Amino acid sequence: MSALAALIVFDIRLALRRGADTLVVLGFFVLTVILFPFGIGTDTVLLARIAPGLVWVTALLAAMLALDRLFLADFEDGSLDQLVLADQALELIVLAKAAAHWATTGLPLIVVVPVLALVLNMDAVGLGHLMLSLLLGTPTLTLIGTIGAALTLGARRAGVLISLLVLPLYIPVLIFGVALVTAAIDGIDPGPRLMALGGFLLMALALSPFAAAAALRQAVR
Amino acid sequence: MIHFLANPARFMRIGQAVLPWCWAVAGLCIGTGLWFALIVSPADYQQGESVRIMYIHVPSAWMALGVYTLIAVVSAMALVWKHPLAFLIGRAAAPLGAGFTVICLITGSLWGQTSWGTWWVWDARLTSVLVLFFLYLGYMALGAAFDDADRGNRAAALLALVGAVNVPIIKFSVDWWSTLHQPASVLRVGGPSIHPSMLTPLLLMAVGFIAYFLALLILRVRAEIAQRKVQAAMMVGATAPGMQTHET
Repeated sequence: MSALAALIVFDIRLALRRGADTLVVLGFFVLTVILFPFGIGTDTVLLARIAPGLVWVTALLAAMLALDRLFLADFEDGSLDQLVLADQALELIVLAKAAAHWATTGLPLIVVVPVLALVLNMDAVGLGHLMLSLLLGTPTLTLIGTIGAALTLGARRAGVLISLLVLPLYIPVLIFGVALVTAAIDGIDPGPRLMALGGFLLMALALSPFAAAAALRQAVR
Repeated sequence: MIHFLANPARFMRIGQAVLPWCWAVAGLCIGTGLWFALIVSPADYQQGESVRIMYIHVPSAWMALGVYTLIAVVSAMALVWKHPLAFLIGRAAAPLGAGFTVICLITGSLWGQTSWGTWWVWDARLTSVLVLFFLYLGYMALGAAFDDADRGNRAAALLALVGAVNVPIIKFSVDWWSTLHQPASVLRVGGPSIHPSMLTPLLLMAVGFIAYFLALLILRVRAEIAQRKVQAAMMVGATAPGMQTHET
């Protein structure tokens, strides 16, 4: 267990010291959201109405942008071979890598969401539920993403390919993530949607490490 | 049975014997099916003649789903037993399945134009089939993305399994989402149980489509095996002493 904790801390520290990956993802997220008023217009009512879906889609794209970095550095410098050979189960190592990756690319998105909510004229109820849905949803995106990142290691044009593999699988999370926020705004009980989102997270937590670990073993063979 | 067929030479012998029968069944069923569908069967009392699109649309939808299931099953077999032929079948079936999916989407769109008055509705079934099309694309793109063909085969097989687990979840989510967003007034096809005069051509077309798919699949697998033989022969030729003058 301590080895896994060390791996998480190491990965987070590495990401913080380099900093570029997190900043690029954040920059993409904020800039893309800000682009929408230019395209759609400054109608504040309209912006507030589409804000949940807009933020969710953009967060999903931003989370996907960072995915190809998940295993690539380890794959290129050979430490992935060491991780595959390590005593720890590779499935747990995948979980540790996913946790560190989410902490450095998923969590920062949620932190800046209040600013974007202000810009898009969302109210407090909407904002709270938007953050809650992202808090439950983005880890699922990262976990599904580990499969795509592991499968495309060593592929040509891996960055583009990963979007084709992963985006269709993101659809359920997107549907329920947005539904949770719109339900709360419309005054409907968001409980069932919350449970569905939580269910997706638990399922991804249980299944995706096995698929990603199998893909990693293929990649280093 | 599975292990018996796993020998490529044996598979090709059996495939060779089955192939003419597949063509015959496909020609016969699609021919009579079209005759029933276009001439014998009545026009729908609500939709008129445009209901005849169904005889292409519904079988291709079944094929789109069925072929994806087939790919998932052979992928699991390929990963468990490492049958090289199972990888080949999966890779050979994917473009065919994607083709059926495109046919389904195009005919669905045409049908939607005549009966709903719009080329595209965000109906649950249409949307699910669209997502299925992207799953096919991802499978084919991943399989072709590696210089090492074997790695591409294994990665694509794993993706097919991940996709197969996700298909029901996506279907459920899209169904739920669609009922949430759609006004209830959207016309639903189906409704009353289908009359035999319409069921006969439908089933004939479905059997014909399956036979047609099998024939194409055998052809594609045969071509793939032949190509590998040529490649292997060229490798041997390249290392032979007489070939040293070949430009590098």
